[in-house]
Amino acid sequence: MITFSKQQLKIPKMQRPVYLVTAGQSKFDRAIPDKRTEELCIDSFTMAAKLLDISPAELKSYIHSCYYGHFADHFGDQLLGESVIHDRLGLDPLGNVGVKTGGATGGSTLWEGAKAVASGYSDCVLVMGWERMDEVPTDEGNFLISCAADKDWESPLGHIYTGYYAVMAQRYWQIFGKSEESFRKTLAEIAVKHHGYARFNPFAQSPMKITVDDVLKSPVVAYPLRALDCCLMSVGAACAILCDEDTAFKLTKNSKNKPLRIWVSAGSHTLRPADRRDMAIPLLPNETADQYKDLGERFPGGERYPGFTGFLAARMAAYYAYGMTGVQDPTEDLDVVELHDAFTISDVQTYEDIGLRPYGHGRDYVESGDCYHTNPHTGQPGKLPSNLSGGLIGCMHAVGATGIMQTFEIATHLWNRWAEMHGDQRLWDQFNRQKPEDWTDLQVKGAKRAMAISHAGVGSHVTSTILMDPDHLLKKDA
Amino acid sequence: MSMFGQVTVKNNQYKLKGAFHHMTPNTPIRDADNGWKLLGITNPRDMTYIHSYGGEAIFFESLSQGKLLATRCDSKDCETAGTIYIPFRIHCPECLGKNTVIDLTDIAKKTAKVHTFMTCARSGAFNLLDKPIRFINIEFDGVATILMSYLSIGDPSIGMKVVPIFKTSGPTFTILDLSWVPEGTSREQLPEGFSF
Repeated sequence: MITFSKQQLKIPKMQRPVYLVTAGQSKFDRAIPDKRTEELCIDSFTMAAKLLDISPAELKSYIHSCYYGHFADHFGDQLLGESVIHDRLGLDPLGNVGVKTGGATGGSTLWEGAKAVASGYSDCVLVMGWERMDEVPTDEGNFLISCAADKDWESPLGHIYTGYYAVMAQRYWQIFGKSEESFRKTLAEIAVKHHGYARFNPFAQSPMKITVDDVLKSPVVAYPLRALDCCLMSVGAACAILCDEDTAFKLTKNSKNKPLRIWVSAGSHTLRPADRRDMAIPLLPNETADQYKDLGERFPGGERYPGFTGFLAARMAAYYAYGMTGVQDPTEDLDVVELHDAFTISDVQTYEDIGLRPYGHGRDYVESGDCYHTNPHTGQPGKLPSNLSGGLIGCMHAVGATGIMQTFEIATHLWNRWAEMHGDQRLWDQFNRQKPEDWTDLQVKGAKRAMAISHAGVGSHVTSTILMDPDHLLKKDA
Repeated sequence: MSMFGQVTVKNNQYKLKGAFHHMTPNTPIRDADNGWKLLGITNPRDMTYIHSYGGEAIFFESLSQGKLLATRCDSKDCETAGTIYIPFRIHCPECLGKNTVIDLTDIAKKTAKVHTFMTCARSGAFNLLDKPIRFINIEFDGVATILMSYLSIGDPSIGMKVVPIFKTSGPTFTILDLSWVPEGTSREQLPEGFSF
């Protein structure tokens, strides 16, 4: 579709408010040979109950329907894996459904769960996601992931998803990055930041204290992307509990968790980048049509939208989400974000799609220092810190769990429980990981509003999850 | 019995001949750091899928005959009528009418150029292309879409003029039968089995 009808551009309206009351996650790692998937799922659920200071059995008694995100059945060689987990959680005979939208599976699962509560079908739902990517060797894993591309037109070309993605990165690098060494260093900074923040996260798979030079010297995967620019392949699980208002306040009455309002929106675009036709840029509230009139002059080759450089699905998810919640300018209105940094370059592309910076200027979000917990140029808090979990590059990409992990992370800031969730020595010991001596509290002080972006493939599905402290909404009827 | 499974269609039914799977035993996974305790089991499996190209079959057949086909919406009521698609689309994404199959070979030979590219030193398991793989995405005059393929000769760059080559000898009947070379490449330089 290259033009949209009024009906299609309607801002979604939830029939009643939906709240996130708790969330949890397992350890994330490249392989977890000593645990079955159900054990990881139960770990995450147990943690969610613990954050409410109730038992898992009591939490289960509130749940009315279940939404499970698990992308790649063929990795685990188990169809209906959702049914296995549902049974092991002891949630029969409640209704449950599996959700699959590639890398956006976690976000899409939240989308389904939120709609179930908003519609009144359920007052309390379980949203859980997981992935098990250690059941095949890495090259076979790459083969299985490439099956998410078109099997006749793309997959035979290398059977490697990075290649299908990297052509987009190459175009962005040349058009908007102008192949500048300074832009390449900016990309490397993102990898340094995300591996660095992962050092303070006991759940994270790839904590690393590295420099820009280390990134630039890491092996080339697909030029200009190097190994340290790329996301992880992971095993792990995450969950969230969504409720209506009455249930939310009942469940949290003895807990430090304040119920948080949650909205989830979704967008999509062609599975094959090949099929993308030119169209006008759909505008976000902080943009005007005039500002893009000369985009092709400022960035020769950049006049084609979305082409191979923009993610229309992300733009549409943001359009719906900002409309639902009253966000006018995400950099001003939000306090912390978790973005889908599959690759450093797609992180930059996403800054533009969701309006953190105008198209063509994504790099400024990093170079200004706004994306850091503490702005390295000023020593002051970053304007809108991103991926303090370490993101997909430093923390994990256990596909079905990723969007839920991001939501867990932003919620811990809004609950003011980030330090407790990441600094507790018992967690580090439990995961057999060394807490660094310079462990730093990354709590975003006073955080009231946050967003997580969950993204699939080369942009086929994207969701935007927005959380807000209910006492700090941006519009009354949200 | 043939080593590899073969499939034909007779009376609109698949007829299978040969071996479609190969049996390999399971083996235990043991913990070398913990008294060789049992942790799991390997599950080897070798299967052959039976896949229909449906309405795209003509595209893949034509590659082996040196032709590059595309489709065009000719529905008179469609807002985007006249749009040309490659990858081949059986139906128009707007009106969902059946598209017309057109021969794009001459347009490709005259106007194809690289929109973007990537050189990749790795591939996933089971891939048949030589490495490094030079992915290219190709734009054509008058075509709305940008085709993904691979360059067989030379180093790609954005804007580079390329021409299609086809595996007319020993075709695989997959998208790998279509490749590209820089404009000006001679017939003698082409990879084995390929022709212009």
